[in-house]
Amino acid sequence: MVERLLAEWRSLARRQRSGRGVACSHVNWRSALNRGLPIILVIALLVLTPQAGLAREAAGLVQQAEEQRVKTIGGIAPAVVAIFPPSGEGGGSGVLISKDGFALTNFHVVQGAGAFLKCGLPSGDLYDAVLVGIDPTGDVALIKLLGRTDFPEATMGDSDSVQVGDWVYVLGNPFLLATDFSPTVTYGIVSGVHRYQYPAGTFLEYADCIQVDASINPGNSGGPLFNSAGELVGINGRGSFEKRGRVNVGAGYAISINQIRNFLDQLKGGRIVDHATLGATVRTGQDREVLVDSILEDSSAYRRGLREGDEVVSLADRPIGSVNQFKNILGIYPKGWKVPLVFRRDGLKQAIEVTLKGVQQESVLLGGSEEKGKPGHPGHGDEDDPSNPARRAEQKTDPDGQLPAAVRHADLHQEKPGYANYHFNEVEQRRLAAILEQIRQGFASTGRWKLAGETTAGAPFTLTVADAGIGFELRGNPYLQMLENAEIEDEPPGTGGFLVALAEWRRLWQYGPEGFSSSVYYGSQPISWPGEMVDVLVTRQAGIESRWFFQKDSAGLLGFDTTISPDREPCEIRFLEFSRFDGRIFPSKFRVSHAGVEYGVFDVTGIDWGTRGAKQGGPGR
Amino acid sequence: MIGSCSPWLTDDELKLKPVRTVVIGCSRLLGLVCTLVTMLAVCDETNGASQTQEAIRNTSEKVVKIFGAGGLKGLYSYGSGFLFSSEGHIATVWSTALDSPQITVILHDGRRYYAKLLGAETKLDMAILKIEATGLPHFDLEGLSSAGPGTRILGFSNMFKVATGDEQVSVLHGTIAARAPLVARRGVFDAPYSGMVYVIDSTTNNPGAGGGVITSLDGRLLGMIGKELRNTKTNIWMNYAIPIEDLAPALKEAVLGGNAIRPMTTGEDESEGAALLPKFVPEDLGIVLLPDVVAKTPPYVELVLPDSPAMAAGIEPGDLVLFIGSELVPSCRALKEQLPKLESGTLVPVVVRRRDALVSVQIEVPAARNR
Repeated sequence: MVERLLAEWRSLARRQRSGRGVACSHVNWRSALNRGLPIILVIALLVLTPQAGLAREAAGLVQQAEEQRVKTIGGIAPAVVAIFPPSGEGGGSGVLISKDGFALTNFHVVQGAGAFLKCGLPSGDLYDAVLVGIDPTGDVALIKLLGRTDFPEATMGDSDSVQVGDWVYVLGNPFLLATDFSPTVTYGIVSGVHRYQYPAGTFLEYADCIQVDASINPGNSGGPLFNSAGELVGINGRGSFEKRGRVNVGAGYAISINQIRNFLDQLKGGRIVDHATLGATVRTGQDREVLVDSILEDSSAYRRGLREGDEVVSLADRPIGSVNQFKNILGIYPKGWKVPLVFRRDGLKQAIEVTLKGVQQESVLLGGSEEKGKPGHPGHGDEDDPSNPARRAEQKTDPDGQLPAAVRHADLHQEKPGYANYHFNEVEQRRLAAILEQIRQGFASTGRWKLAGETTAGAPFTLTVADAGIGFELRGNPYLQMLENAEIEDEPPGTGGFLVALAEWRRLWQYGPEGFSSSVYYGSQPISWPGEMVDVLVTRQAGIESRWFFQKDSAGLLGFDTTISPDREPCEIRFLEFSRFDGRIFPSKFRVSHAGVEYGVFDVTGIDWGTRGAKQGGPGR
Repeated sequence: MIGSCSPWLTDDELKLKPVRTVVIGCSRLLGLVCTLVTMLAVCDETNGASQTQEAIRNTSEKVVKIFGAGGLKGLYSYGSGFLFSSEGHIATVWSTALDSPQITVILHDGRRYYAKLLGAETKLDMAILKIEATGLPHFDLEGLSSAGPGTRILGFSNMFKVATGDEQVSVLHGTIAARAPLVARRGVFDAPYSGMVYVIDSTTNNPGAGGGVITSLDGRLLGMIGKELRNTKTNIWMNYAIPIEDLAPALKEAVLGGNAIRPMTTGEDESEGAALLPKFVPEDLGIVLLPDVVAKTPPYVELVLPDSPAMAAGIEPGDLVLFIGSELVPSCRALKEQLPKLESGTLVPVVVRRRDALVSVQIEVPAARNR
């Protein structure tokens, strides 16, 4: 003990001499030295003891550790953002995650602040920022700082590797202290992982979050949590407060960066994203097992066989030991993802894959970007008061005499129900449309397709896809789906509507996304569990929804799911191989499955593109 | 900053209690030292991250979550405790959460038990629970160590009820700012405990944290986290832990089944009986009452112990105790509830019915039992 004190005293003294000062500026050294005179004497005495060598060694280590911390903080601080609403009232924190200016913060920081914000960086510069996407359920928002393509960015870490006892840094703007935007740093340990913090109503739920004892105070909201290596592992958003006022009492919570990763592309798509439910509630059984309490019959889980009273064994490959754990695991996934679920009934385990339903009612997420309903602030109230947002329309000029950001950057924001900023969805749509343009090259706007081949099971087939309908013959059995004034059916039965899916396929090939009554960018999801993340384009036409899966960072389309009605599981088509038919690249091998059962793998040996298929390119627009 | 190390020791206190200034002076200096230590925290790079991680894992297994009565405004229905025997002896702070016919204890692995309240030690503000289990991970009460100011500690508790089921309790880090007597006076500076405490520079004492532990970074048990404590004058909250060596004798006796821990009455109403913790029991006065078998057992004297204050006052077997001081005591329990209010060294008037007559005597209150 004495050695350590001594060591630290010595290293401190050395630093004093070298004029570097000490990181914590709130200690008055002169008075401290005066008060500490007796201790100095004691220490002076100890210096003369033979243990001084040990002490020197310890002092070196202490200094090394501190230097490492100073270096780490120096590396991570530039990407920390001080966020202010245009009204200038209140504010919060954020962190840059890309060079082109995307930054994460809390939903409750930007809530009610409007489409444009002011963001200060530690360099002292103030930037305009535009709201991109929001996650009201998970309390996350994505904004984009404008004006640079070389912003400093934080490196994302793996929040699942965070352990209790790890040292962590919290950076941000507590109490809005920093007028020069340089962040306040607090340092602490991880107090708990996989924590569950209840939502207020259905908003601001913190699932699978990280609990830290580093100070998190009002104004820290939206700011980054870094591990000791300086990697971004969470976004700080709330704390446990009770009778001591709204200040830190050693229990702060950060949204895990791994959760945010699941939603990031959706946020980049300008959406108001939704979290997931199973469509079932669970309860704790007598032996502490987690049982299905009730289940909605229109849920994917029900359709795949989950029933009341079944024991939930695992979800998304993580074992379920408690109701909290169940909520934790479910809470980090977006609506629309497919995750594996294992349940036990009568001692037998069954594995299924379920498509997750949304938490929020459709109407809740349809608000424009200005107001998303007004959920209360649970657990954490920042300095920002969203109840009185300054109306940017009333603001003629910025304080600096410029035109308001909303006027200068009007092209970067577009209102649309269900979106925080539809402009960014259009950006992503255009990106995917460009990929499709490549794929569709050479396909005519009209003309029927006639595919012939054999399934891998050895059954010969022919497929005819035309405007009027789809005909299919397998092992001599005919199937038909008419398209004009006809009922859409699960044809062949048990495929989820394979023939309709083919019509969707042809529609996309012939007309592109504009051939559908709506097409939007969803974000990304794993195409199969736990497979690679793919970009998803969602098209709707006459009550039929298709999700098209694009390989990231390439120009490939991997397949699609077509759902003929909301109460059915989709027909899933995956492209396995591509070949050239009459000079056109087309999937020559594809797999069809439905509700976890493979219908068949189709090997296409020949394609007749129809008589009117010679025209290049031009879908009728 | 220094003040916050020992908010209890205000300037008023200094004037009133010059003796304390030495302690205060020391604790201020120590506070300063601890500040330095905190600032220069020798982090895991030097301490060995794996050692601390392992200590956290081991310690977490010995801390339990306690759920009981309460949930009303300002009263918490939850708390923390720690295992100190493999057979399920658990120490915690005495709190209203225990004032329940059903106390639930949840172990680190999610196992759930109903606990029996073995007893309480008011002087230590401690209660002892027992669950029926064996082979449990627990703190060893042999070879305990104490720590001085500047020692870096970890705090383990289920503060704010963050953890449920098999979830790990919360872990905080901090530094011992002082080891000093908790100066407590009735009224403004009322504290539930008045012995030596570790004063801690981080917020270990949150709702539900009482009964948790502080350990050194390598996992040595140092103390039991106390209750939340606020100086109503300055509105400063105080974080303290009771040193384990002060608790150990009582804990050891509890394991041996000794009488250091006052047994609580059994039966349906034990919770109410437990709400007032006896400083004295009737035997201290020399009175052995009839067995307390029904809800309102009349307090008949069964036996008078030789050479006891009761014998000196002339109490006889068969007397029915009616009044202790000015309070009517219609039952054994009511009588036991009155005893803690007595002051040592005073004469308490007692009225008994002996056959058909009322007899008034005065019993000298003995010194409070020490151990």
